Amino acid sequence: MTIESWLQAAIADAEKRGLPDLKPLLEALARSTQVLRAADFNDEASGKR
Amino acid sequence: MMTIEEFGRRLRAREVTSVGVTEECLGRIEAENPKLNAFIKVTADEALRQARQADQELAAGTDRGPLHGVPLSIKDILDMRGLPTTAASRVREGHVAERDAPTVAHLRQAGAVFVGKTNLHEFAFGTTNEDSAFGPARNPHDPTRSPGGSSGGSAASVAAGMALATVGTDTGGSIRIPSAACGIVGLKATFGEVSVDGVVPLSRTFDHVGPLAQTVTDASLVYHALLGDAGTKSPVPAPIHGLRLAVPRPYFCDMLDDEVRARFEEALERLRTAGARIDDIEIKHAKEIVPVYMHISMADAAAYHAATLETMPERYTKPVRLRLEMARYVLAEDYVRALAGRERLTREVDAATAQHDALILPSLPIPAPTIGASTVQIGSTAEPVRNLMLRLTQPFNVTGHPAIAMPSGLTSAGLPCSVQLVGRRMQTDALIRVALACEPFVTLHRVQV
Repeated sequence: MTIESWLQAAIADAEKRGLPDLKPLLEALARSTQVLRAADFNDEASGKR
Repeated sequence: MMTIEEFGRRLRAREVTSVGVTEECLGRIEAENPKLNAFIKVTADEALRQARQADQELAAGTDRGPLHGVPLSIKDILDMRGLPTTAASRVREGHVAERDAPTVAHLRQAGAVFVGKTNLHEFAFGTTNEDSAFGPARNPHDPTRSPGGSSGGSAASVAAGMALATVGTDTGGSIRIPSAACGIVGLKATFGEVSVDGVVPLSRTFDHVGPLAQTVTDASLVYHALLGDAGTKSPVPAPIHGLRLAVPRPYFCDMLDDEVRARFEEALERLRTAGARIDDIEIKHAKEIVPVYMHISMADAAAYHAATLETMPERYTKPVRLRLEMARYVLAEDYVRALAGRERLTREVDAATAQHDALILPSLPIPAPTIGASTVQIGSTAEPVRNLMLRLTQPFNVTGHPAIAMPSGLTSAGLPCSVQLVGRRMQTDALIRVALACEPFVTLHRVQV
């Protein structure tokens, strides 16, 4: 799941649950996840990281 | 207020009694708590009973050690038998602890006197103590400001002389942040060293229990009592001449209030003059600390709170409820990435501390913020208060290294600044000896409120 698709799904789910105020927090979490996934300590199946 | 060390000397010289000093603390609570809101529960009658027993035991020749007869406060997130553990939340309404947390039992065995349970940020999930079912605790140096958090009531109780020391918890800095904001000493031992049983968890991966006290020696005495080692003596300082300290400048010194930076550099200069050797170093993955901390701590908190978020969401304060709800969206794959980051960061801090006696850095990038502020100006940018307050302490919850915050002067507005020392894992006593060596040059003199 890309961060963008995760974020869209999370915001939609939060709104459905009556929690629209979650949107800025979820956006902050998404920015944090972006940094985490870009870190060089991650590896992947291709063996290129 | 006198230190634990001084109290012990005077108690054994028959110059003071536990009852007398406990009454003095209770008097300050009565006078100051309406303004500071440091306590959720004051246990005056039980404290006086414990103090009378301590005096009688000593008169009969029974000496339980350095905490004998010492009035302490306890963060209301640790279980004390027969009392509610509120965690400053309405979610906990109706709870009464059946037994003491092991750490509280150790303090009781050591002869401590419990004056009450202190206010905190709800479920320890915040750095300012503003979100509490019992209202915000306030900073004794300026009651319009936060005492820090989450152990804000605990720190305020010591800074205002309502207790000689206190016990708090630290998941991202909740001992060291309020210690820094209130001008006292706060110690987080190596992860896993002090029991967290009988404590309402925030993140079981990062939670620590530890002391907040007036001096490094006092913090050491309470730390050893928490371990059940009540008979310990006052620690001996390491030699200051030749002490090897390292400043991790990138990330850790990038974003500091001007006066906090000035007090930090002044402390470094005094340490150099005294003979310490100070190097600049880099923690390579420091910029990944925040996401690593966030994804692990949030996942832990979400697991613990999921059921009550469904059944009684209205009982949480709104900001804490929202952060916990946000936490439920962390993906498992990102949690696993964060665990890998944690391993990497731990090795990097291990390598840095292997070459030095301790890392040295500020504890808190800003002085205590005004209650209600959501951002603080650093240079030309407005930064979120929560992010700033966690920035320099959470790294060592991620890595588990022992860390101690100690006062390092005041801003021009009279607000405390603080320096943090970080030691090698499983060598908390060695860190205490380094802190004792540095204390005269970092702290200069204790700030009395």
